[in-house]
Amino acid sequence: MDLALKPEHKAFADEVRAFARANLSPATKAKTFSGKHYDKDDHIQWQKALGRQGWLAYTWPRKYGGPGWDVTQRFLFENVLAEEGAPRIIPFGPKMVGPVIYTFGTDEQKERFLPGIRSSEVSWCQGYSEPGAGSDLASLRTKAVRAKDATGDHYIVNGQKTWTSFAHWGDWIFCLVRTNPEAKIQEGISFLLIDMKTPGVTVRPIVMLDGAHHVNDVFLDNVKVPVENRIGKEGEGWTCAKFLLANERLGIAEVPSSKRGVRSLKDIARAEPMDGRTLADDPAFTAQIADLDLQVQALEMSELRALSTMALGGAPGPEVSTLKIRGSEIQQRITELTMEAVGAYAAPYQPGLLFQDTNETPVGPDHAPPAAPRYFNFRKTSIYGGSNEIQKNIVSKMVLGL
Amino acid sequence: MDLSLSDEQKQLQDAAERFVRDKYTFENRRKIAATEKGWLTENWAQMAELGWLGMAFSEEDGGYGGGPIETMIVMEQFGKGLVLEPFLPTVVLGGGMIAKAGSKAQKESLLAPMIEGKKQFAFAWLERQSRYNLADVSLKATKEGNGWSLSGHKGVVYNAPSADHIIVLARTSGSAREEKGLTLFVVDAKAKGITRRDYPTQDALRASELTFDKVSVGADAVLGKVDDAFGVVEDAVDHAIVALCAEATGCMDAINAATLEYIKTRKQFGVPIGKFQVLQHRMVDCFTNAQEARSMTLMASLKIDDKDSVVRRKAASGAKVQIGKSGKFCGQSAVQMHGGMGVTDELSVSHYFKRLTMIDLMFGNQQHHLTRYSNLAMAA
Repeated sequence: MDLALKPEHKAFADEVRAFARANLSPATKAKTFSGKHYDKDDHIQWQKALGRQGWLAYTWPRKYGGPGWDVTQRFLFENVLAEEGAPRIIPFGPKMVGPVIYTFGTDEQKERFLPGIRSSEVSWCQGYSEPGAGSDLASLRTKAVRAKDATGDHYIVNGQKTWTSFAHWGDWIFCLVRTNPEAKIQEGISFLLIDMKTPGVTVRPIVMLDGAHHVNDVFLDNVKVPVENRIGKEGEGWTCAKFLLANERLGIAEVPSSKRGVRSLKDIARAEPMDGRTLADDPAFTAQIADLDLQVQALEMSELRALSTMALGGAPGPEVSTLKIRGSEIQQRITELTMEAVGAYAAPYQPGLLFQDTNETPVGPDHAPPAAPRYFNFRKTSIYGGSNEIQKNIVSKMVLGL
Repeated sequence: MDLSLSDEQKQLQDAAERFVRDKYTFENRRKIAATEKGWLTENWAQMAELGWLGMAFSEEDGGYGGGPIETMIVMEQFGKGLVLEPFLPTVVLGGGMIAKAGSKAQKESLLAPMIEGKKQFAFAWLERQSRYNLADVSLKATKEGNGWSLSGHKGVVYNAPSADHIIVLARTSGSAREEKGLTLFVVDAKAKGITRRDYPTQDALRASELTFDKVSVGADAVLGKVDDAFGVVEDAVDHAIVALCAEATGCMDAINAATLEYIKTRKQFGVPIGKFQVLQHRMVDCFTNAQEARSMTLMASLKIDDKDSVVRRKAASGAKVQIGKSGKFCGQSAVQMHGGMGVTDELSVSHYFKRLTMIDLMFGNQQHHLTRYSNLAMAA
């Protein structure tokens, strides 16, 4: 065992850093550090650059066009990019549906879909939750009925998906649909890939409490989907769903961005005036930052331990749920302490500074405008990707055997 | 000891409840928040009519002889409806300071019309470097003939866009952060030399950044004694804190009620999610938190006019600590138990959550008041 990096890993980190500095647009980078929301171009330009380098699908094996990196390389890649202020990779293609396709798909499906995911030419979104199926995902009711016509075998899909992040930017959506209403609830589900341009697909924005628009309702009204767009066998969609959810939980611990968040919190504490000195001189406040700092270290080491198990050939097990729980709580705590550090100047609401290109100046210090909106918005992290209550049920049942 | 409301106080509570029910349905509130000034003249007139703008002031000041308990009763209902009219800056802070420190002439020209609903105030104390320290004031007032000239900056001044008068805390002598040397001035909001930058706040109120560039005022603009305003300000802010605590208890009741209703009706796994023990226990903790918040608010309302200033200050800080803690717990729990719906703009729960969050940041958050309480308690 050794925590120190080998020389080749140091060289690798330098290579990633040099790439980020050469390819990440300064405007996008500035948005990361100011807490402003990215637009579609910020994400796609960056992801295409990663794609050209062969790094967008960085968790994939070489066989499917990934770089085939080891755990240490992945860890360095994620951390260096977060330090350099890169936007997080939108996970729906490279982190979610991609691995499902190369694990469960046919050769034709791999050839058809994987290149567009690796290059970011095609944007994906996720059709899992429904208004009546949140925590109880398996109770989903979107219906897919087999039909045949002159153009071939199809499913006719009807239903509503919700909380669909970036559906308004998406070219394709992967959906869990019910193909057999008679079967036991988890056995009647199939995994379908649907082109968002198909007639009958409608996207409606959902406005969040901070005024942001990232998530949507997606309505599916007699949407005709060719049978060859199904991944895996009919009725075996739940297997794909669970595989994907385990990957999702691992990704959303968000350790590198939390490390960046703690650094930025320290900077804010050093800049915020208090009684003629700064907030960083207040031991009551700095003790709270230190506590958070330690929580991040524990999470990072736990994630590394999970990754090294996976490197030895294991799949992510149910214990990754604990990473999702702690990862989300830590992200929330960072936003909470950041807002408290800003204090009274967290109150002015300046949406122009968060969402638009504008000449507006902040009312208070530069770090103030996103502080409260981020705190509000980040309450979602303990809800999405399977609520923390559900994650605890999983650990309790699958790990502890209760 | 008697902790029950009098008949008059019950009537006041009924009237405030009725006002909120009639005027502040969630959809109405959304419309009011979207208007330019962010509150309704007709609602303000009705508050004056109902006697609420004068209820906490003595009869000799033109009021109706009530006190902090009356303020608590009304503020609690305002919290339930997330009421947007500027009661706190105008009546509790502005009216409170004028009643406490104002001359007879000032009471006649400012307090009397305020009680009639014809004048509104804003209190400008905070500056960019102040954080929660009321004495960290650098806006300067210097002698100019018989009067004064004010120059400097004030920030996050609630209700400044609508106020007729700004009550400004200025440094007339002493060094930075010294309690001695502060003076209050009542300044016409339209006075030459004041520049305003208005904005909405996270919780749909209105506030401004104010720049004072050699703003001239007469000697009669001084509220109370020159160099000696700190005690008046601290006391007014402590009263405002207790009023805010009452508002927060109303918010907590409303957000808890909405959450309880939601977990009884939202079904997953074939049953209402309120059947799951983990949510039942969290709901019980919300209920308990709201109870503690109500208790500390009532205690503070009963102590805030105590003769002993240490008792008063401890009461305000103690209640603010509790409200910070309980408000955060109830707000975060309500959002969590509502799931995705909790983080949308569409449901009222996120709006209560935002207000509770901002209440914690007003006049010192939980940590600030824990330190203040601790210093007072250890000194005794």
